[in-house]
Amino acid sequence: MRIVVCIKQVPDAKDVRLDPVTNTLSREGVKSVINPYDRHAMEEGVRLKEQYGGTVTVISMGPPQAKAILSEAISCGVDDAFLVSDRAFAGSDTLATTYTLAQAIKKSGAVDLVLCGKQATDGDTAQVGPGLAARLDMPYVTCVKKINAIKDQVMRVERMMDDGYDEVEIELPALLTVVKEINVPRFPSLRGLRKAKTFDIPSYSAADIDADPAQLGLGGSPTWVVKVFPPECKGERSMIEGSLEEIADKLAGILSDSAYGA
Amino acid sequence: MDRVDHFLTEDQQMIVDLARQITDEMVIPNRARYDETEEYPLDIVEALAKSDFFALFVPEEYGGLGGSCYDLVLALEQIGRGCVGIATAYAASALGAYPIIVGGSHELKSKYLPDIASGKKRAAFALTESNAGSDAGGIQTTAVLDGDEWVINGTKQWITNGGQAHLYTVIAITDPSRGARGASMFVVEADDPGFSCGPKEKKMGIRCSATTELIFRDCRIPKDRIIGRQGTGFITVMKTLDRSRPGIASLGVGLAQAALDESVTYAKGRYQFGKPIISFQAVQHMLADMAIETEAARALVYVSARHIDAHPKDMSKASAMCKVKATDVAMKVAVDAVQVFAGYGFMREYPVEKMMRDAKILQIYEGTNQIQRNVVGQELNKEYT
Amino acid sequence: MLLIDTEACIGCGLCEDNCPFEAIHVVDGKAVVNDSCTLCGTCVDHCEVAALAIERDEGEAIDLAAWSGIWVFAEYRGGKVAQVTNELLGVGTELAAQRGVKLAAVLLCGQSGDVPQQLIAAGADIVYIVEDPALADFSDDAYGNALEDLARKYKPEVILAGATAIARSFIPRVATSLITGLTADCTNLAIGDDGHLHQTRPAFGGNIMATIICPKHRPQMATVRPMVMKANTPDPARQGEIIVETIAPVRLQSRARVVRTVFTEGEQLNLSEADVVVAGGRGLDTREGFKLVEELAALLDGAVGASRAAVDSGWVGYPHQVGQTGKTVASKLYVACGISGAIQHVIGMKSSEIIVAINRDPKATIFDVADYGVVGDLFEILPRVIEKIKERRS
Repeated sequence: MRIVVCIKQVPDAKDVRLDPVTNTLSREGVKSVINPYDRHAMEEGVRLKEQYGGTVTVISMGPPQAKAILSEAISCGVDDAFLVSDRAFAGSDTLATTYTLAQAIKKSGAVDLVLCGKQATDGDTAQVGPGLAARLDMPYVTCVKKINAIKDQVMRVERMMDDGYDEVEIELPALLTVVKEINVPRFPSLRGLRKAKTFDIPSYSAADIDADPAQLGLGGSPTWVVKVFPPECKGERSMIEGSLEEIADKLAGILSDSAYGA
Repeated sequence: MDRVDHFLTEDQQMIVDLARQITDEMVIPNRARYDETEEYPLDIVEALAKSDFFALFVPEEYGGLGGSCYDLVLALEQIGRGCVGIATAYAASALGAYPIIVGGSHELKSKYLPDIASGKKRAAFALTESNAGSDAGGIQTTAVLDGDEWVINGTKQWITNGGQAHLYTVIAITDPSRGARGASMFVVEADDPGFSCGPKEKKMGIRCSATTELIFRDCRIPKDRIIGRQGTGFITVMKTLDRSRPGIASLGVGLAQAALDESVTYAKGRYQFGKPIISFQAVQHMLADMAIETEAARALVYVSARHIDAHPKDMSKASAMCKVKATDVAMKVAVDAVQVFAGYGFMREYPVEKMMRDAKILQIYEGTNQIQRNVVGQELNKEYT
Repeated sequence: MLLIDTEACIGCGLCEDNCPFEAIHVVDGKAVVNDSCTLCGTCVDHCEVAALAIERDEGEAIDLAAWSGIWVFAEYRGGKVAQVTNELLGVGTELAAQRGVKLAAVLLCGQSGDVPQQLIAAGADIVYIVEDPALADFSDDAYGNALEDLARKYKPEVILAGATAIARSFIPRVATSLITGLTADCTNLAIGDDGHLHQTRPAFGGNIMATIICPKHRPQMATVRPMVMKANTPDPARQGEIIVETIAPVRLQSRARVVRTVFTEGEQLNLSEADVVVAGGRGLDTREGFKLVEELAALLDGAVGASRAAVDSGWVGYPHQVGQTGKTVASKLYVACGISGAIQHVIGMKSSEIIVAINRDPKATIFDVADYGVVGDLFEILPRVIEKIKERRS
């Protein structure tokens, strides 16, 4: 089984803070990390390989610095990795992204299973997985929390729904997006780190993946961001001050009245 | 952090960094819970296995990564910085595997070491009995050859990883008439007939590591489970402990470092008389002594580990010296850390209280520090003839 | 690409300070862009001397006039129309009025029963129905193909769907097949002066808002967060047109089949519908600390909520998470304990009527959305408040 996992480099959500004075994002000292959901996709790929055999390839689309997360993926047990990077990709919305990723995956050879995280924490759109499946003409299941079995090219998985879950059978080749509940990702291993140190991660350009320039980047993106602004504040508020007793007293009043109806 | 630079190689630094990551992300957030519940930290031990830390102490030809003492010391220091209990649950397998590594036949090594290296099987080392601690001559467990099988009878006490290990390296008397030369070591598997483990002991510190009795009642094992030749048991035990003690020493360094880190951070944030307490000389000097002792201990442990890797036949003194120094430092620094925290330090909500409890075992297990001083003294006696 | 007018650039560094990607820096007094640029446009908005511009390929738009009408995907599962569908018909009514077009609902199901009339009562002028056993269970293939085929046939200018598990799964596929834009998880929709749908959503991890348009492609597609838009008051007497459609059987074949559906409503807390939510964040420090929140919630007959930080720390399960990647709540009372107020969280609770925030940091952004704020130590305040409430009730 050849498994391809798509991963994205995102700013570490733990570090991103809103500057209370300027109301802008403060990214000072913010580390770039593997999108947390993608870690679970990667882990699931490695586990499937350990159970059913095969290989796991990770790919990422992004600036040259994104090689760092691919290298980390190698240290966590994946077999192969490559980057898709080109200035022509800048400004891609999810439609242009899925086109680019699909071209890269097609170019890399036949695939049995594509795994993605449910969404990326920097965009939270959850659109790339399903869009990529459409581009690859693969069936897909989103928000998978468990893979129960793979038999005769049919997979049985559990999909999280708003009101419970569905057990779904899906024919391979297929694409799954996964949620955090699916597994606990492993740390790198010492052998993996040694491999990553010498592993030369190839980078492919738009031309390398036979991409149609019109479908890339800003030009290939139907959505345009026209305005970026800080969220509004509520304005009026009253601060409760005083001794601990006074605060507790007032607060107990407000909570009781609001909760039980004054 | 501006620590003394020990000029680690890139590979050694990698071991440190990975052990640090697992410690920060998994050991430290869970240590208080494991201390409280006294539960064996299986998820963390398994994570360490997946990250090849069990391969670290196994030779390459048996599926390991080389088995250098220095590598293991570097890893254990980090994990010990997080929790000596969890580190002990991991290190116990190294201790349990060493008899096979230092004394076992190629067949025995091939049979057991690859599974230990992958973490599929955990090991434990069984020496202590109710009447045989520092004086290994008091061992009463016996092994008698009956056809193609050894029959083991007796009880081992306070065995780390008891009930959690898949295989146990056990010393038993095979020829009572020959004294120290009448003991042999064996590999006993957890499901061998006649073998069982007692309930988990309640301890002062390292509460999550499993410590139990091992009970052998006509426990029958195949003849070829003997480690080395008959009568070499004591030599195997001594060689094992010589190798393992720097590991205990490094747990001491890790614990001392953690106690120091906590103390300095606290002293900078705790205000009394309108000033952070670190600005008082009484506190500053305590912290300075803690730092000096910790660096000194680390230096001795590292240099001893390198000596042991370079001179495998001459390791007793270096091994004993670093164990005494680093674990005595750990105890002292942990006690002082509680003092710096004062009332808060006495509360279980803060981590230094546990460090103080955990530090004590380091001066006791794998040979008390009194016995280590005997070893150093005897070596001096030999050296100056 | 990003165009930098080096004549106009004064090297003030506003672009550098505001770039979310560290992609633009002032070098020798002039802005210089690097490979990390995603062309998000933040720098363009912040530049006070208009030295920055994003050059877009002024390619030809499709024939926009051929696309007309506002569509809402009517989500119907387990015998119920999702509440968000009514909310979409609410906002859809306004959008349709502004554009002077009709509002339609699209219902894909096994059997429609009286659902079409419900949709008309909630604001739809037209209901397109496809009834087919293949649509009884949700399937990405069948739902996706059906909606795509209808869209190609009728050419609506806008398609809206709820940001639910179902729609977030199959709508991106429809947008990809139609080669058009899709904006996820919108919190505001409006028709701009340019006639395009202005879709606003949190961006960059939810710390800032972005308004997005789809100027050259149709339909303009968006998923919308539940509990944000206002539904119309249902009018059972309202008249509308029902159009029954059939989809080619080959298009309803699915390569994925639902073999079992497990509803866990019983065990799942009804966070979204709770009148009172008491939520905790990183400020609770530990799992033990978080128990204070649970105690207060129980006392107020409320549900327990949590920030992403509390859930990530393992103090409470994911179903309790409130925010952009969790649930949206619109409770009567929301008590935020030790929650700093990252927009990621605020987006999920700011529609609550009364918001009380307790935090030790007086500068915490949670106070910006609060009606009542308390600066102080949770571990002192909460136990006393719990005692006082008990006293009042006895």
